[in-house]
Amino acid sequence: MIRLLQRDLILALRAGGGFGLGLGFFLILVTLVPFGIGPNSERLAAIAPGILWLGALLACLLSLDRIFALDYEDGSLDLLATAPVPLEGVVAMKALAHWITTGLPLVIAAPILGVLLHLETAAYLWLIVTLLIGTPALSFIGAFGAAITVGLKRGGLLMSLLVLPLYIPTLIFGAEVVRRGALGFEVATPLMMQAAITAGAIALLPFAAAAAIRIALR
Amino acid sequence: MSLLSTTNLSVTRGGIPVLERLTFTLSAGEVLVLRGPNGSGKTTLLRTLAGLQTPSQGQVHVDPDHIAYAAHADGLKSTLTVSENLKFWAGVYGQTDIQPALAAFDLTRLTGRAAGNLSAGQKRRLGLARLLVTGRPLWILDEPTVSLDASSVALFAAAVQQHLATGGAMIVATHIDLGFEAQVLDVTPHRAKLASQSGDFATGFDSDEDGAFL
Amino acid sequence: MASLWEWANPHKFMTWTAKALPIISIAAAVVTVIGLIWGFFFTPDDYRQGATIKIFYIHVPTAMIAINAWLMMLIASLIWLIRRHHVSVLAAKAAAPVGLIMTLIALATGAIWGKPMWGTYWEWDPRLTSFLILFLFYLGYLALWEAIEDPDTAADLTSVLCLVGSVFALLSRYAVNFWNQGLHQGASLSLDKQENVADVFWYPALVALFGFVLMFVALVLLRTRTEIRKRRVHAIELRERVQG
Repeated sequence: MIRLLQRDLILALRAGGGFGLGLGFFLILVTLVPFGIGPNSERLAAIAPGILWLGALLACLLSLDRIFALDYEDGSLDLLATAPVPLEGVVAMKALAHWITTGLPLVIAAPILGVLLHLETAAYLWLIVTLLIGTPALSFIGAFGAAITVGLKRGGLLMSLLVLPLYIPTLIFGAEVVRRGALGFEVATPLMMQAAITAGAIALLPFAAAAAIRIALR
Repeated sequence: MSLLSTTNLSVTRGGIPVLERLTFTLSAGEVLVLRGPNGSGKTTLLRTLAGLQTPSQGQVHVDPDHIAYAAHADGLKSTLTVSENLKFWAGVYGQTDIQPALAAFDLTRLTGRAAGNLSAGQKRRLGLARLLVTGRPLWILDEPTVSLDASSVALFAAAVQQHLATGGAMIVATHIDLGFEAQVLDVTPHRAKLASQSGDFATGFDSDEDGAFL
Repeated sequence: MASLWEWANPHKFMTWTAKALPIISIAAAVVTVIGLIWGFFFTPDDYRQGATIKIFYIHVPTAMIAINAWLMMLIASLIWLIRRHHVSVLAAKAAAPVGLIMTLIALATGAIWGKPMWGTYWEWDPRLTSFLILFLFYLGYLALWEAIEDPDTAADLTSVLCLVGSVFALLSRYAVNFWNQGLHQGASLSLDKQENVADVFWYPALVALFGFVLMFVALVLLRTRTEIRKRRVHAIELRERVQG
């Protein structure tokens, strides 16, 4: 199992831009927002929590279709399905690898990009905390979406259509905590809700994703 | 000791029955060669035996922990080196020593090469070397000798002999003669007869239900 | 009757729906027309909302069906996953476009109602927002059906999606409630507060609702019949391809 994680991390590193691609997208998105909205710092500060969360979400989405598609194409998925590792574990490890290569860098980069958007000082802590709690959910939900579209032509576009609605609760609670944090309000409730969604996604979605992969391999 | 047996097995591909009423047994030290024209369902049968598909009828009796499956695609990562690829699969199967497998398929000199830079035949040899690091007795192989030259086929045959000598068994779909004694199962007589079955939807519909209803 | 499940055998299903469908369809048309005419022409205008209250007779039934169609799809998907009844999953597939259209109508009538009520076509009211999200779920479900060639694989994967989607749709519902009572206190002006709906309005609405439910049943049965025929064609084509 750890081998699988190692292999996926090495593959992401060797493929070049495994770490960088999502980050670069995040940076560009955040840079483009003021061009569209205008340079007014108060207005930017007001939308910063939402933009940062949305940017992280889209950056996560960008690399999702590669979670299983490559292994499906080169036959590894067939071999893994017949190997003495539970497919649920394979899904969990691949989602974890996706989080380490995509989610974690976003968590680290987000506060820096917050400066560009004049994010309120009080909100930085909550931005990091919610991204840290929320991005694993994005990876696990995404792994489910990738599993259900594995082997389909034009699967990538379809996957976005399937995955984005599933991201709504995570996005709402994540951005809500940062917004409340910026205004100095109480954040415990949405934070706990978000943590609950992440915990639920990590615990249950590998089973649904593994079921989907077994169906797709049939 | 029987490693694999089927009783009255029928398999389908994409909802179409392809092979039916297959009953056979494979014991340690034996090889079963599947023969039949292209598209007759050999791959479907092998996938069913490997547990990737469920049979439409009948049973497969096999311990899933005995199976090592290899298909057309070798499951190699082009950015990993030969030894990294093999180490990964060895690790998945709880093994550590990859040297015998490398030696058996003459890959020792290529260990540091990225799998993406290998020739088709070398890739195939690496894919077959994977079987040796699984440590599993029952090999289920789909056209293992594709893109292998004569000397590589000889390496493969030697590896199979060694495998059989140590209590292994193999079921293989291939068109070439591997040069040793094997049972042959020609699947042609087992190809599904079409009139008899076609699932829920094509049967029971022959009466006219298409009258106007609105 | 040996078992309830016999009714779900494709052949049996085609037989009994062929008889039942005309009756249900006519009943749906009659009841819907009665309900709507009663509601539109034989009820007084609301003292506060004026004639705009009339849209209520379409908005509420479509909205209720929009939600319950998804619920029906969830149950049908579960039946397919557990008992492998083909008709069940085809009924789920058949219900999806109906649910999608009902969601659209509910959204559109909500927006049209919203204009005189709130002075705007769109308000991020939790209920309206939830319907928009439901619309996205319907879209995804239908898109997945379209994308997969093998019918059984499509049935399995869409059923899994329906299951997981249901959980997330519910989560979204609560998240949206939370989201719009959070910072924008009091912004939510719920569309269908029933407490000041008098009996004069309520009875025709019930009739209209019943009519819409019948209409939903008729449409789903009709579409399920079509799906069964499509599967039959598919099966015959496969047979011919193999033979030829």
